[in-house]
Amino acid sequence: MTIRAEPFILNMGPQHPSTHGVFRMRVTLDGEVIVDLEPVIGYLHRGIEKLGETRTYTQIVPLTDRLDYVASMTNNFAYVLAVEKLAGIEVPERAEYLRIIMAETMRIASHLMAVGFFLNDLGAMMTPVLYMWREREKLLDLYEMVCGQRLTYNYMRIGGVSQDIPEEFLPALKKFVAEMPRFIDEYDQLLSLNEVVLARTKGVGILPKDTAINTAASGPVLRASGVKWDLRKADPYSIYDRFDFEVPVGSLGDNYDRYWVRMQEMRQSVRILEQAIVQLPEGEVCARVPQLLRPPIGEVYGHIEAPKGELGFYLVSDNSIAPYRFHIRPPTLINLTALKDMVVGWKVADLIITFGSIDVCLGEIDR
Amino acid sequence: MTLLEQFHLWLANMWPGWEWLAYVIAAIVGVVIILGFLLIMVLVFIWFERRLLGRFQIRLGPNRLGPEGIFQPIATAVKILLKEDIVPAKGDKVLHWLAPVIVFVPVLLIFAVVPFGQRAILTDLNVGIVYVVAISSISAVGVYTAGWASNNKYALISALRTVAQMVSYELPVVLSIIGVVLMVGSLSMTEIVESQNIPFILLQPLGFVIFFLGTLAEMNRSPFDLLEADSEIVAGYHIEYSGMKFAMFFLGEYGHALAYSCIVATLYLGGWQGPLLPPIIWFLIKVIAVFSVIVWMRATLPRLRVDQLMGFAWKGLLPMAVINLFIIAAEVLWLSEITPWLMVAVNFVFAGVLVLLWSKLFTLGGGRVEV
Repeated sequence: MTIRAEPFILNMGPQHPSTHGVFRMRVTLDGEVIVDLEPVIGYLHRGIEKLGETRTYTQIVPLTDRLDYVASMTNNFAYVLAVEKLAGIEVPERAEYLRIIMAETMRIASHLMAVGFFLNDLGAMMTPVLYMWREREKLLDLYEMVCGQRLTYNYMRIGGVSQDIPEEFLPALKKFVAEMPRFIDEYDQLLSLNEVVLARTKGVGILPKDTAINTAASGPVLRASGVKWDLRKADPYSIYDRFDFEVPVGSLGDNYDRYWVRMQEMRQSVRILEQAIVQLPEGEVCARVPQLLRPPIGEVYGHIEAPKGELGFYLVSDNSIAPYRFHIRPPTLINLTALKDMVVGWKVADLIITFGSIDVCLGEIDR
Repeated sequence: MTLLEQFHLWLANMWPGWEWLAYVIAAIVGVVIILGFLLIMVLVFIWFERRLLGRFQIRLGPNRLGPEGIFQPIATAVKILLKEDIVPAKGDKVLHWLAPVIVFVPVLLIFAVVPFGQRAILTDLNVGIVYVVAISSISAVGVYTAGWASNNKYALISALRTVAQMVSYELPVVLSIIGVVLMVGSLSMTEIVESQNIPFILLQPLGFVIFFLGTLAEMNRSPFDLLEADSEIVAGYHIEYSGMKFAMFFLGEYGHALAYSCIVATLYLGGWQGPLLPPIIWFLIKVIAVFSVIVWMRATLPRLRVDQLMGFAWKGLLPMAVINLFIIAAEVLWLSEITPWLMVAVNFVFAGVLVLLWSKLFTLGGGRVEV
């Protein structure tokens, strides 16, 4: 008698605890080993790009909140930068600094969640996540102070920010910045040299340098593969050229490197915040911009280094109150295209952590 | 003579001619006590684990229902029992029904030989510890049955992992038990406890570590909880279970944890022995201490991958268990006259050297497969 063996297809998601939303993977398995992987997206599609074409430039800002809802402040930032570039609007100094403060705290908040859930995918039963949420909560409290919201902020405006920070904001931020390095040390101590974490992540899910470049990966995923490419340095926007910080780069491009790069980036963000708090000037927080903005005819691509990678907005203006074309370049959708190359030949458990290490947000992938 | 046998004789003497009734009544009393102990302790364990996990995870844990939330497990039990019982359309209905029973009954049977006090044991089998090992292996069959009968791919992966994991970890566990048996010279649970003037955790530290890690894997606890791996295969073998059947798995899981905590306390921590307090209190203290360590590991460690798990059993624990067995055998043969405290020191040195050596030689391996 011969035993007939064939690979079987496992449908992971859209309802699966580790797909970080409603991502679906058709995985072909040979026992536990992954033979093929086909990502299926679109379960959270809301048509934001088309919707944007029917909104005025100001009304689009809250739509961008719904892209990467883990880091919505940076979405606002990228969009308003693109519009300002299109319409040629000057932003007051204080607003620039506030934007940097928000973007960098958002980066810390996003990375905290990425690292926490990455460890959750490793099987660490919520403990790291809850410790990281302890810090993220403090940041959400800060955002609540400035704009009253904890998830979708709608804080940035074309020409500045919606309102000045309240007086209790800066002391709270200073306290956070002073405490944060100690907490990162604590996580490092607990996790970075943990034998099981090392065994599970080192050398697993490798994304080679040239593949990373060819797939147009960006953000921590690209930098973990050893490419020193950070838009804050490579194409400085806003006032990033005034700050002194390093760009952490990994070597191998495995899951551990991606984890490590995020931990280091949090330290660098704290450094930027320290400098920004000292330099923060007084003054206006928003330039005078007409309510119904009519940018000149033309097109623009504005991009920033969002926590998850290069977030770009492409706008075409026909001199009306709404953009003629509104397109988003979401970082995680493009980072996700490398997933198959990273996991084929590894086991189911490695698929989960590799997917977690890319740090996707489905709101951004499906738009 | 155990307390239960004494009770049986007393009844039989009281009603001459009705010996069979005395036997039945004594048996029912014994079973009710064991079942009551199991159910109450499982409820306590569920509450305790949730509260303790809450502390580990800087949150409160359930604290609404009753003082400190002690009635939360009861609410959980009621909720589970009221759920609809669902059988997958293309599942095997008989096996789907049978699997929870196969998982739960062996757990219950283990308690027959757990010594709660000097004579407080249901039956003092002369092969007690062998009986425990034999009975607890049956659970693997139940888990595999559940995975197969559910007609679910996650459950199937989990079932296949079960077989590999439980069979592998049986060996180091049994080998480390033999170390204890060699020193005691008996398989009876009561005698194992009585011979521990110094708890075996001090006399055989390496054996304890191997046994403890092995049992963690046997009862699917973190970091070896691959069968249930929430983040990978959702809930594993019981993904298609609900209602009373799920409750049986739940009970079986915590009953397993309780049973193994009892066995660890009996084999290595001196069982019910201890100064001042009554034996049953000492026993419960030790059981809860063991369980706390289990919860602590669950709250701290990430999960191993399946090949690393197997590698850890075959390349890590098994050789160490064999070496440990030889060391213990040599000590029993040649060094039985020296003072036990010297033996404690020697064994701690051996354990330290071996663990260090293995941590240098052995890495949790595994890698990419060419497809």
